[in-house]
Amino acid sequence: MKPFWCNPLNVPSPVGASALDLSIRRKDHKTPDGVTHHVLADLRLSLPGGAVGALVGPSGCGKTTLLRLVAGLDRDYDGDIRLPAHGRLGMVFQEPRLLPWRTVIDNLRIAAPDAHDKAIAALLEELGLAEHAAHFPRQLSLGLARRVALARALAVDPDLLLLDEPLVSLDAARARELREKIAALVETRRITTLLVTHDPREAIALADKIFLLSPRPAHVVATLTIDTPRSRLTPERAHELEKEALAMLAGNGTKI
Amino acid sequence: MIRALSLATIIALWQAAALIADPRRLPGPLPVFETMLLEAQSGALLANLTITLARVLAAFALAMSFGAAIGYAMGRHRTLDRLLDPWLVVLLNLPALVVIVLAYIWAGLTEVAAIGAVALNKLPNAVVTLREGARALDPQLEEVAQAFRLSPLARFRHVVAPQLAPYVAAATRAGLSLVWKIVLIVELLGRPNGVGFEINMAFQLFDMRLLLAYALPFVALMLALETLLVQPFERSVSRWRVGA
Repeated sequence: MKPFWCNPLNVPSPVGASALDLSIRRKDHKTPDGVTHHVLADLRLSLPGGAVGALVGPSGCGKTTLLRLVAGLDRDYDGDIRLPAHGRLGMVFQEPRLLPWRTVIDNLRIAAPDAHDKAIAALLEELGLAEHAAHFPRQLSLGLARRVALARALAVDPDLLLLDEPLVSLDAARARELREKIAALVETRRITTLLVTHDPREAIALADKIFLLSPRPAHVVATLTIDTPRSRLTPERAHELEKEALAMLAGNGTKI
Repeated sequence: MIRALSLATIIALWQAAALIADPRRLPGPLPVFETMLLEAQSGALLANLTITLARVLAAFALAMSFGAAIGYAMGRHRTLDRLLDPWLVVLLNLPALVVIVLAYIWAGLTEVAAIGAVALNKLPNAVVTLREGARALDPQLEEVAQAFRLSPLARFRHVVAPQLAPYVAAATRAGLSLVWKIVLIVELLGRPNGVGFEINMAFQLFDMRLLLAYALPFVALMLALETLLVQPFERSVSRWRVGA
């Protein structure tokens, strides 16, 4: 155990190298009725700067909990989290979580008060949202709202982008469309990204590194590195990787 | 249109009743209007309306600002809520008249006592409403503010205030109508001027014309305040809900 004065509040601290380093010794979750769950146990992972990492594991294994720790939303854990330099975060929650009383463009401006109007307009344009800039979130479909949430996270020009199941409950066509959009955006901007998903295919399509997690208490069972650049990943190779990932998870008693 | 028609019906009924009744007990609309004009010409009507309105606004502003702050704090902190809740229950169940009389006894027949007593009557109401609002704040949006490192000011302006606005509007609407009714009683019991004082005078003199000549413009003024200020405010804070 590290002396308490090193990081007494468990504030995720930025480090010089543009990378993410996680070492969670233990994370417990107390339910309101007093039951304590052991959620994360000795979970370590590191992600080079500019890389996309995917956390893949069964639902309820603690993926979202881990993302919340990285985002600084939950500081009740034992461990260290080192964020990329500056530590500016962009986060896309599972629900779009837009401010319903502000228009699309104002949602971006509020999250990124330092961003230039031109940059925000360009971002909306890039995500096909230009015509919705003046709309309120209520007027958008889930797919559009997700894109606004993604635009909001990118508007802050993040050093680390956190994506929590960004494609969940979209139909196949829309999911593919958004997935390709995300892949293109993080690739051109070289944003260090941590993605949470239950779907190995989604992870293979988006990530450079895939961390396969065990059921609770979660730890990293295996790390898959995708060496082929995503743009040149053939369907055959993707299928192979998918089988490999599923086999590894199954070998650890994990069903997806 | 229907409202205007309904208002016209009230005046017509009043006129009809006045024709049957003893004019000393129920004067018709015209004599009341004449008295109103006389009082207006002497400047007394305007002076009394102004002073009463000033008391209403002062008591209202006091009660709302303190009530909102206390209510918000109670909604956010459980310990504080438990600590202050019994006080709130006592204050909620204390009759307005008791508060007023106590204030006049302890602080004398002063302006401070008058306005303070009215504010104290309205306070628990504002506290309860805003506490409800603070409890209903969306924790998911709170997390968004936290994840994006919003400044405390931005967090209040864009995340908290829009969620509290409907509660503030409800407290305003309920509060204003409560406050102006209590202000009249305070004036009747211990102030040398204002609409409540004039109504007391008219009552002592059994002057129904004078009584109505003060009561009606004051009600009209409060109605105008409600429709011209409170209702547009309510509409503006809920604008984002429409248009889906």
